[in-house]
Amino acid sequence: MTNLMDKPVSMLDVPVPAGPAWLEAYRSRARSRFPGFPTLRDEAWRYTNITPILETPFQPAISAARDVSADDVQHVRVPELDSSLLVFVNGRYRADLSDADELGKGVVSLPLHEAVRSHAELLEEHLGTASGEHEDPFTTLNDAMVSDGLFVHVSDGARPDRPIEVLSIATRTAEPVASHPRNLVVVGKEARATVLEHYVTLDDDAVYLNNAVTELIAAPSATVEHYLLERESERAFNISTLAIRQAAESVVHSHTVLLGGRIVRNNVTPVLAGERAHCLINGLYVGHREQHLDNAMRVRHAAPQCESRQYYKGIMNDRSRGVFTGRIVVDKIAQKTDAIQSNRNMLLSDDARVNARPQLEIYADDVRCTHGATTGRVDDEAVFYFMSRGLSEPVARAMLVYAFAAEGFDRMELVPVRRLLAAEMIDKLPMARGLSIEV
Amino acid sequence: MTTPLLQIRNLHVRLEDDPSVEIIKGIDLTIMPGEVHSIMGPNGSGKSTLAQVLAGKEDYEITEGEILFNGQDLTELGPDERANSGIFLAFQYPVEIPGVSAMQFLKAAVNAKRAFEGQNELDAGALLKHFRAKAEQINVPFEMLKRNVNEGFSGGEKKRFEIFQMAVLDSVLGILDESDSGLDIDALRIVADGVNSMRDGRRSFLVITHYQRLLNYIVPDHVHVLVNGRIVKSGGKELALELEEKGYRPFGVNESAVAGAGA
Ligand SMILES: Nc1ncnc2c1ncn2[C@@H]1O[C@H](COP(=O)(O)OP(=O)(O)OP(=O)(O)O)[C@@H](O)[C@H]1O
Ligand SMILES: [Mg+2]
Repeated sequence: MTNLMDKPVSMLDVPVPAGPAWLEAYRSRARSRFPGFPTLRDEAWRYTNITPILETPFQPAISAARDVSADDVQHVRVPELDSSLLVFVNGRYRADLSDADELGKGVVSLPLHEAVRSHAELLEEHLGTASGEHEDPFTTLNDAMVSDGLFVHVSDGARPDRPIEVLSIATRTAEPVASHPRNLVVVGKEARATVLEHYVTLDDDAVYLNNAVTELIAAPSATVEHYLLERESERAFNISTLAIRQAAESVVHSHTVLLGGRIVRNNVTPVLAGERAHCLINGLYVGHREQHLDNAMRVRHAAPQCESRQYYKGIMNDRSRGVFTGRIVVDKIAQKTDAIQSNRNMLLSDDARVNARPQLEIYADDVRCTHGATTGRVDDEAVFYFMSRGLSEPVARAMLVYAFAAEGFDRMELVPVRRLLAAEMIDKLPMARGLSIEV
Repeated sequence: MTTPLLQIRNLHVRLEDDPSVEIIKGIDLTIMPGEVHSIMGPNGSGKSTLAQVLAGKEDYEITEGEILFNGQDLTELGPDERANSGIFLAFQYPVEIPGVSAMQFLKAAVNAKRAFEGQNELDAGALLKHFRAKAEQINVPFEMLKRNVNEGFSGGEKKRFEIFQMAVLDSVLGILDESDSGLDIDALRIVADGVNSMRDGRRSFLVITHYQRLLNYIVPDHVHVLVNGRIVKSGGKELALELEEKGYRPFGVNESAVAGAGA
């Protein structure tokens, strides 16, 4: 890894507001732990060159950012989703734009900077417990900078009456801004919650970094649905880490859709720590032009009789590149593990590329583990079938590509999210504009 | 004099990727409006290739001869234009399309045809009504439309869905490539009844089959025997019975070369 001393790292020099002693200690431990930034020689970063991130002169303070209005927020949030909304603009919480009312009995949902004061004990107890499982330099960096984001605590048996949407809006700023959003979601026994992380931009040419870490801690029999909708500017960088820790019989569904960004890294690292926990990891990455979309999954079965399902799909056009690394780790104790991993990619141009690598580490002997990775093109037989029913070739192709993308949408509970994604697909996929899609 | 609906003259077809392989070696066939023709022949004789060439598949190259549809040269038209002109191929192996509902697919297809004919798109209500009527006519459950195209359909369901699509698209020439294979007796009846319900003296069918049995239900006007890329004999419906009895041996095909025929 690159030594910090070798390379001035502007990101680490950004001052963060002082916090209570325990938080300062947390940050400073992270600083001293920071191993430096990864290079292509690091196995986990073999296909993703982050030099463009390191060479960007991120500035601590935001000057000359355009203002964001309530109308802008309405425009970019998930349409028709009745969510409790926390809005961040260029990394700063905006109470005036947020709409985070009470979510019902037993539910706390706050910007993290407030929770640091009001719920210090809970925070101190849980912060870092899920993300510490699998350290990544960017996670450590986030640890060192932790200051704001979302804090959710759902008491045993409670259930927020709406999904919680964290909307991170980026605008063009005079100097590139680096933000390190930190979300902590703790869901109690037999409780439920739905959380959306939503990254959008108002300026397609804005340059910035979002280095987000979300910890999701599910108590026994909790049910959590998490969404990551990444719609950054195509000149921006997004590193998102979702660290999940699941107790017995909990159910977690994670849906990730990567659409924007120049270099994007999506880490999903669930640990199935209690018996009969179930985890679904559903993802789609759609790249074009020069986009680089890297997905690193690490599913760890640390208790018996758990089930994990990974369904990731990529659609790459132009000169874009997709990466999928799917690691399944089955501990010795995790007998009767049932793990499925599937990664399917569709290339729409000759210059698009995908690197897919399944990695299995199995230490138990009574397990069912299947994995498969495919990379192909639009199926000519299917195109002919559609054309033989009167559809033109562009429409036939567009429908097939759309269908490939949309398969995973059916696994999402929130219909407004499905609708938004359908619209995004029609916007982004070649020739899809003529399609009329019902969701 | 009536114009033939389909007229094939001296058709020769080779594989596009490997022109040394000639699959169709000079076929003549004329189908008048309202007629049902049947093609029978051993495995690998070129039946599906003929069907796919008529539908406009690009893997094949026509090296000689011509195909006229309603007196118009068909060879320059793409598969979509042929479909919109009224040609329908019921596939031997319908393709499964995860992610596209049958409903969405057929809406797009019907409106593509209407656009081709210069008509306005039908709205959702009118389309639904049309689909319901056709589902009843062909005897397929309307629920099928809510599923993804052919995905997880049983063999029989796929074949029935093909016939249903033809009815929905109101095609005038139905090319049925083994629409009977894999069907149980009841499903066979349903498919045959569906086809017969579309016979109106105007619409024609080219029925490719291995079994005489289907032809008891869909009674052909003409039967042709295709062996090794050529029609070696044509006759009336009794020819099918003769084939059932004697096999293809009288046409110079030995048993082992057709192992699996009719399987
Ligand atoms: N795209 C292709 N590539 C290579 N060979 C092909 C192709 N299409 C057809 N053939 C060959 O041409 C011959 C005729 O095939 P075709 O599918 O038309 O036969 P068929 O009469 O429909 O047989 P069956 O009764 O088994 O359905 C076969 O030898 C087949 O392997
Ligand atoms: Mg065939």
